[in-house]
Amino acid sequence: MSAIADKAAIVGIGATEFSKDSGRSELRLAAEAVRAALNDAGLAPADVDGLVTFSMDNNTEVAVARELGIPSLEFFSRIQYGGGAACATVQQAAMAVATGIADVVVCYRAFNERSGYRYGQVSSALASAPTSSGIDAGWSYPMGLGTPAAQVAMIAQRYMHVYGATSEDFGRVSVVDRKHAATNPNAFFYGKPITLAEHQSSRWIVEPLHLLDCCQESDGGVAIVVTSVERARDLPNPPVIIRAAAQGSGSDQFVMTSYYRDALTGLPEMGIVGEQLWSQAGLAPEDVDVAVLYDHFTPFVLIQLEELGFCPRGEARHFIADGALEIGGRLPLNPHGGQLGEAYIHGMNGIAEGVRQVRGAAVNQVEDVAHVLVTAGTGVPTSGLILGAA
Amino acid sequence: MTERIHDEVERVKAAGASAPKPGRDPVNQPMINNWVEALGDTNPIYVDDAAARAAGHDGIVAPPAMIQVWTMGGLHGQRNTDDPLGLMLRLFDDAGYTSIVATNCEQTYHRYLHPGEQVSMHTTLEDVVGPKQTGLGEGWFVTTRNVWTVGDEPVAEMLFRVLKFAPRPASPDRSAVLRPIVGHDNAFFWEGTAAGELRVQHCPTCGRLRHPPGPMCPSCGADKQDWVVAAGRGTVFSYVVHHHPPVPGKQLPFVVALVELEEGVRMLGELIDVDPATVHVGMSVQLALTKIDDELTLPFWRPAS
Repeated sequence: MSAIADKAAIVGIGATEFSKDSGRSELRLAAEAVRAALNDAGLAPADVDGLVTFSMDNNTEVAVARELGIPSLEFFSRIQYGGGAACATVQQAAMAVATGIADVVVCYRAFNERSGYRYGQVSSALASAPTSSGIDAGWSYPMGLGTPAAQVAMIAQRYMHVYGATSEDFGRVSVVDRKHAATNPNAFFYGKPITLAEHQSSRWIVEPLHLLDCCQESDGGVAIVVTSVERARDLPNPPVIIRAAAQGSGSDQFVMTSYYRDALTGLPEMGIVGEQLWSQAGLAPEDVDVAVLYDHFTPFVLIQLEELGFCPRGEARHFIADGALEIGGRLPLNPHGGQLGEAYIHGMNGIAEGVRQVRGAAVNQVEDVAHVLVTAGTGVPTSGLILGAA
Repeated sequence: MTERIHDEVERVKAAGASAPKPGRDPVNQPMINNWVEALGDTNPIYVDDAAARAAGHDGIVAPPAMIQVWTMGGLHGQRNTDDPLGLMLRLFDDAGYTSIVATNCEQTYHRYLHPGEQVSMHTTLEDVVGPKQTGLGEGWFVTTRNVWTVGDEPVAEMLFRVLKFAPRPASPDRSAVLRPIVGHDNAFFWEGTAAGELRVQHCPTCGRLRHPPGPMCPSCGADKQDWVVAAGRGTVFSYVVHHHPPVPGKQLPFVVALVELEEGVRMLGELIDVDPATVHVGMSVQLALTKIDDELTLPFWRPAS
């Protein structure tokens, strides 16, 4: 057991609507999401003494604190590496609470990622940054590899070659996400399930990835309120205990382009996260009732299942083939629809879904949920959580 | 080539106006009827004698904008051999400026025409300007002037300008490619490509080869690194075919390969001169260093010969 396992709890979640054009500032989205999360927690802005977000978020902690009228902050922190930060923001909060550095910490992420700056396009700013990241980008962007889809496709192609996985195997992830989104009124793709045939006939983005292997782009914000387990007992929602929280980065790690390791068929950084999660919580993959796995691109959902120990390497396509990921299956995946179906809020909407599943309050509720596994962005240094009931 | 163009332009200019080309038919009511009907022009002076007289004319007049109609060649018409525009089009077609777009057309009408009048037209070459770099490609602006006459009387004129251009090549401007940041730790690599070498970092202490390079050997900790020159041969370890979205300096779709060099390190590069459908893991490829400009030479790859 680690020093932070079972010390902190998620007591509030909040979000804006998920759209393609919010029509308002990113700061307003952040402020709305944080206020909604505090309302859900039964807390006031004056109770907050810590804020955590992504280094990619455009809203500073002080700006958010100003808008909310938070009188003072004693802890603020940011996590690097894009969507890999999602669960690590909650880890930061849990560490701050467990050590007594902070009492109530809100994690937030808000952006106009569809109507404003789109991550799916080529980032010329990153490629020209005079930093170690800019130097790294110089080994891929000038060669034409410059979008997240392309960066993932390179590993997906190798994975297919080595293990015999097919585009249809990837498509099954998309189909199950969209099936779940279809019955989630908050999902952008509410009421719009897809078939495997539609996945197969969708246009190429970067072979071997079809359009329907790639998650949507979204505007919106999500916030998560973390406090101590003791304080959580006095708040209105059933506490959702942070059973484990971990970050991971692997050998010879790059951001999205870790192509120089021995194999190109895994996500070792997620394996490192997984080992810590199981160890902290004293749990094993078979104890997980719901998996909220980061799904910006379908192939990495299969590889995550392998890295996290749900199945042996190369066998995820068999693991998922018989409806295992559907509600009622062996391992219900992304009951909210994931980022492919609900919204792309850089993984934070997945944490909120994990909270709802533990509370028993999700729109697509899985029965008798004791433990939910949530993961953050893949292909980058990443993070994960195990959430459980008190 | 440019000299030949100028010579021919001067010759045609000096020849002056082409011989008058008579219209196939005189100005006539059926053609006027068709024209006003097609354009939806309801002005009665083109079709109603009384209305035309009430407007001060000596009977029905032809719409002035029909002036070109009266001397058109018909479905199988041929330009006269002394037509300056025809001579210019042939000249530029032969010189590789095979595409055309009209850029200016300014008509001047001196008087109305009446049914029964026989119109002729002659053309002079006013000017030729070029070569110009345009959005469509390199080209020449050719300006001619048509004059329509009835007998010896000029009744209308038209200044007409076209751009004869060489369409841009389908491949994009490769110099738009995103540039690498060059610093202490990677300058040797980019200096190498410019010098015609594919350099791979080498640790003089433990012998490790490493790509991408860095300032300190991860194996032995040595902070002094040198490099070896790779043979430029390898196999495709993985690859993608990029269709969307557009990438600066690249033409869609294109292939990016992760090449495993004979020396054992991997390196990304665009795979060119290949049908994407034929690319496969294990395919043998060879280096194709390509100078983009004085500041950048990129390592492309192509199928091994």
